[in-house]
Amino acid sequence: MQNENFQDVTPLERHGFLRALLRAVSTPLVAVILGILLGSVIIEVSGYNAIAAYVSLFQGAFGSGYSIANTLANAVPLILAGLGVAVGFRAGLFNIGAEGQYWMGAIAAVWVGYAVNLPWYLHIPLALAAAAVAGALWGGIVPGLAKAYAGAHEVITTMMMSYVAIFFSHYLLENGPMMEPGYVPQSPVIRSSAFLPVLVKGTQLSAGIFVALAAVAVVYWVLYYTTWGFEIRALGLNRRAARYGGMPVQRNIVLALAVSGLLAGLAGAAQMMGVQHRLYDSFSSGYGYTAIVVALLAKNDPIGVVFSALLFAALGTGAQYMQIGANVPGRMTDVITGLIVFFVAAERMVELASRWLAKRRQQRRSQAGRPGVGPAQGRGAELESKGAGV
Amino acid sequence: MSGLLAIFGNMQLWASTLSLSVPLVLPALGGTFSERTGVVNIAMEGIMLIGAFFAVFFSSLTMNPWVGLLGAVVAGGIMAVIFAWAAIRLRSDQVIIGMAVNIFASGLTAYLLNTIFGFGGTPVNTPMLPHLNWPWLGRIPVLGPLLNDQSILVYITLLLVVAGHFFLFHTRLGLRMRAVGENPEAADTAGINVYRIRYLGVLISGFLSALAGAYLSIGVLNSFEVDMTNGRGYIALAAMIFGRWTPFGSFGAALLFGFASALSMPLQSSVAAKNLVQMLPYVVTILALIGVGGKSVAPAADGVPYEAEK
Repeated sequence: MQNENFQDVTPLERHGFLRALLRAVSTPLVAVILGILLGSVIIEVSGYNAIAAYVSLFQGAFGSGYSIANTLANAVPLILAGLGVAVGFRAGLFNIGAEGQYWMGAIAAVWVGYAVNLPWYLHIPLALAAAAVAGALWGGIVPGLAKAYAGAHEVITTMMMSYVAIFFSHYLLENGPMMEPGYVPQSPVIRSSAFLPVLVKGTQLSAGIFVALAAVAVVYWVLYYTTWGFEIRALGLNRRAARYGGMPVQRNIVLALAVSGLLAGLAGAAQMMGVQHRLYDSFSSGYGYTAIVVALLAKNDPIGVVFSALLFAALGTGAQYMQIGANVPGRMTDVITGLIVFFVAAERMVELASRWLAKRRQQRRSQAGRPGVGPAQGRGAELESKGAGV
Repeated sequence: MSGLLAIFGNMQLWASTLSLSVPLVLPALGGTFSERTGVVNIAMEGIMLIGAFFAVFFSSLTMNPWVGLLGAVVAGGIMAVIFAWAAIRLRSDQVIIGMAVNIFASGLTAYLLNTIFGFGGTPVNTPMLPHLNWPWLGRIPVLGPLLNDQSILVYITLLLVVAGHFFLFHTRLGLRMRAVGENPEAADTAGINVYRIRYLGVLISGFLSALAGAYLSIGVLNSFEVDMTNGRGYIALAAMIFGRWTPFGSFGAALLFGFASALSMPLQSSVAAKNLVQMLPYVVTILALIGVGGKSVAPAADGVPYEAEK
């Protein structure tokens, strides 16, 4: 994770709006374009029409007020879980277990939703809080403590905790304590007092979007305007320096993973209380994994997360239409997603390509009999201090 | 108590421990090679999926499982080279590039499954790799029921573990690989091509992961299912860490995880118990990482991209 903004100012304050924006979006934009282009090659090679595919994808995502509302609804869990992953990244922690934290949040919210009887103004906050706590514990307790005190790599522990959470939900639903009486492995429907109100009739867009946007504001404020946010960013940039500077590194590791899990837990709650209203037996919500991509593409910027969540939400809603309208299997969008992540991470490809071009130009020039002048070969003094070290 | 004895005394449990360990042993061994040269290979999960898919694809296309196996290894090798290029040459964040490969592989294999085979799944007449059955082996107590009538890949895996140990610790190339993972600057100074060695390490892990994928799809089954690797690539990484980055250690740790999965088989009768016991391999993985059974130390340059001085 390159992190050039380690001054105690927000990126906006430092560069001025336009330059900051340009800097922030150039790599992600190139990555998205390359991903879509390469994706269309794969679609064409497998015998479909790429343009038809993208047209129906776009129509599915933005073609009508109805589909726009559904795209926004789809973005809600992605914004929340994506924020969670971004907070982890900021602390130098790779929480790829947002999926499991999402499930624990969903389980907690649904349980409070049907087992407790309260007026809505108490029921909704209580269900959200239960989900937040469940997600925070799932991320903070095991992966957090294991990372802070035993050095266990969070990539593996958070992933393993996801599988545990999913099997736990199977346990609860398949003839388990949360199964609705009957034959279908699903929970009872939550009480209507725990429903997040629907904003656009006939769509999935609920007040969950306000929960998500509020979370964006809070995370932005915490990261850039509080001491703890500063400590988290310092931790992510250089763990040793943070420790040397007297910051409680181990405590912050646990807290960062807990906050990360908290947000993913809220994502589960928003989806349950705003859209599904009950827990279904399934192997994956898909949101937890896409959240990783959302954070990566946003370069872990809380505001960027909103836009990148919208992009992947659009891919998600559009995928079904692509399947119906152009016959292209919907999982194509995951191929594109993988490509986008690849190009985001392989930033240096552009640098490498331009250096190669410069070299060729130089060669051609010297072949033409002129002494090669060429651009300076020196590359910026780049500090390479990262290392995942699983 | 007698119930427990019936479970643990059942040779079927130990035989399935071995067969369930194979798709963990292979990537754990592969990860050992990759990380010994300094590259963290999270992408093994995705490479396994690619291997699993192309094994079925080529096997059903040619009606020859060996061609399927070859196709799996080639496809996995290509994926590994792309990963290696980004991780080594472009010095990208290895974990993120690995995730990219995993998402890509999950999407691509599901997409190709629908595109090539339609929505009914892979052909039911896809040939699978042979199981070896020697009557004389079957008659040996304990060892017989354990080793006999397993997929041929089980035996190949056992051989590969021994060969891997020999290669890593008793050959010049193995020594070079370890040197590059511990101190790439020194290795570079000594005239070793760090990049080339790292490519080799990643390529070996790619081949072995693809073999593991093929084992899942045409070794124990004859079909491909979406996301059928189920996180085994990640568990294998944990097994490798628990096994302290050695082939025999990884093998032992993978057996432990395989045992945890095998335990859930006799409990299939009760749904609740089955779901809880299926958590076991994942819980054991976390316990292993927390360091139950001692701390292990990674190769010093593991996960750190290397930039050669020009």
